[in-house]
Amino acid sequence: MDQVDFNAPHSMGTTIIGVTYNGGVVLGADSRTSTGVYVANRASDKITKLTDNVYVCRSGSAADSQVVSDYVRYFLHQHTIQLGQPATVKVAANLVRLLAYNNKNNLQTGLIVGGWDKYEGGQIYGVPLGGTIVQQPFAIGGSGSSYLYGFFDQAWKEGMTQDEAEELVKKAVSLAIARDGASGGVVRTVIINSEGVTRNFYPGDQLPIWHDELESHNSLLDILGAPEPMNI
Amino acid sequence: MSSIGTGYDLSVTTFSPDGRVFQIEYAAKAVDNSGTVIGIKCKDGIVLGVEKLIPSKMMLPGSNRRIHAVHRHSGMAVAGLAADGRQIVARAKSEATNYDSVYGDPIPVKELADRVASYVHLCTLYWWLRPFGCGVILGGYDRDGPQLYMVEPSGVSYRYFGAAIGKGRQAAKTEIEKLKLQDLTCRKAVIEVAKISIYGVHDEAKDKDFELEMSWVCDESNRQHEKVPEELLEEAKAAAKLALEEMDAD
Repeated sequence: MDQVDFNAPHSMGTTIIGVTYNGGVVLGADSRTSTGVYVANRASDKITKLTDNVYVCRSGSAADSQVVSDYVRYFLHQHTIQLGQPATVKVAANLVRLLAYNNKNNLQTGLIVGGWDKYEGGQIYGVPLGGTIVQQPFAIGGSGSSYLYGFFDQAWKEGMTQDEAEELVKKAVSLAIARDGASGGVVRTVIINSEGVTRNFYPGDQLPIWHDELESHNSLLDILGAPEPMNI
Repeated sequence: MSSIGTGYDLSVTTFSPDGRVFQIEYAAKAVDNSGTVIGIKCKDGIVLGVEKLIPSKMMLPGSNRRIHAVHRHSGMAVAGLAADGRQIVARAKSEATNYDSVYGDPIPVKELADRVASYVHLCTLYWWLRPFGCGVILGGYDRDGPQLYMVEPSGVSYRYFGAAIGKGRQAAKTEIEKLKLQDLTCRKAVIEVAKISIYGVHDEAKDKDFELEMSWVCDESNRQHEKVPEELLEEAKAAAKLALEEMDAD
């Protein structure tokens, strides 16, 4: 049997999604960070803040995506001070893609930048592996996204409400988690609009059960009142 | 108005006992003695106008442009030493394209004005540089609407509804103040700028012949900075000459 390689780079198999709706954007992601087949973190937060009004969904190498986010956060902070007002989503996305493109030989990270600004409202920009930047009404990324292309082709529609958009994102991440071994854990969503930012968290028991999935049960240890491991 | 700063005016890095830097003030004089430059911010855009004094009848009309495009959305009119002005314009163009490359968006006019002002101010901090002998009126149209800034040789930059520099600035400012800028469209403003400010302030006796150079950036020009269209310019010149004759006839 293969030994787990703890020195393999931490990768976020991942499912990440960004969707615009009539008033802002909803970003969603799973929470599994894997080192080979070992789940290094089963409750990671892959939706990272760049500014008060712009967040980024990270996929691919955990280290690479974190470092890119850190640089962009730093540049945007200075830019905001210089400008005297919040940075636009477009500017944030452009900074991300300049780093992704100019360092393409050394990075392996796909990002989805989403946010709200007073000029253009809610926007989503995809910055996949090579460093292209493309504005889209919705974007999907990470290994789990392969299973979602058909789903979105059918389920996506223009001008959804906030609740419809969040339902869509939740459902999609949950579907991807069911089929993609590298995605799992909980579903996190971040909603960004003119009023501000709302973070939500959906553990397994709040997600729909798909074909062939089993219902979750409370552990017998909880039910039978078993002693804790150290109390012998 | 003028005072000789004997002894304290040899270097831009010297203050006088009453807290003035004379070299900067002398630089401002270079601007004050040049042809009038005007900028106004109207309801739907910016209009820039220059009274370009022509030193020789053999110069080709339209040469020695005093108004320059800095970026698609902004332009700059220069008063004072023309060669110094070219340097400032070159720097502004460079800042604008650099911002666009890094941030993926046209430079906000406020940011551009800050950068130009910093650059002009830079040259007042070192003894081995001299201050720029020119003032600049910067007009642009960005996400926050049309904006007008003026940068002086000292490096200060303020935002204006109407600004004038050069010989006839006092008379020009008086006339501009009479206009109701909130209600004025750029189309009408072009005529006003020509009429009142340029032909009105040009001193036939003292100065040589002059050429009127005008540009605008407004909704009508698709928010791009461009020369005022030929027929509108001619219309403005005709209206201005008429107004002048009416004034003289009184």
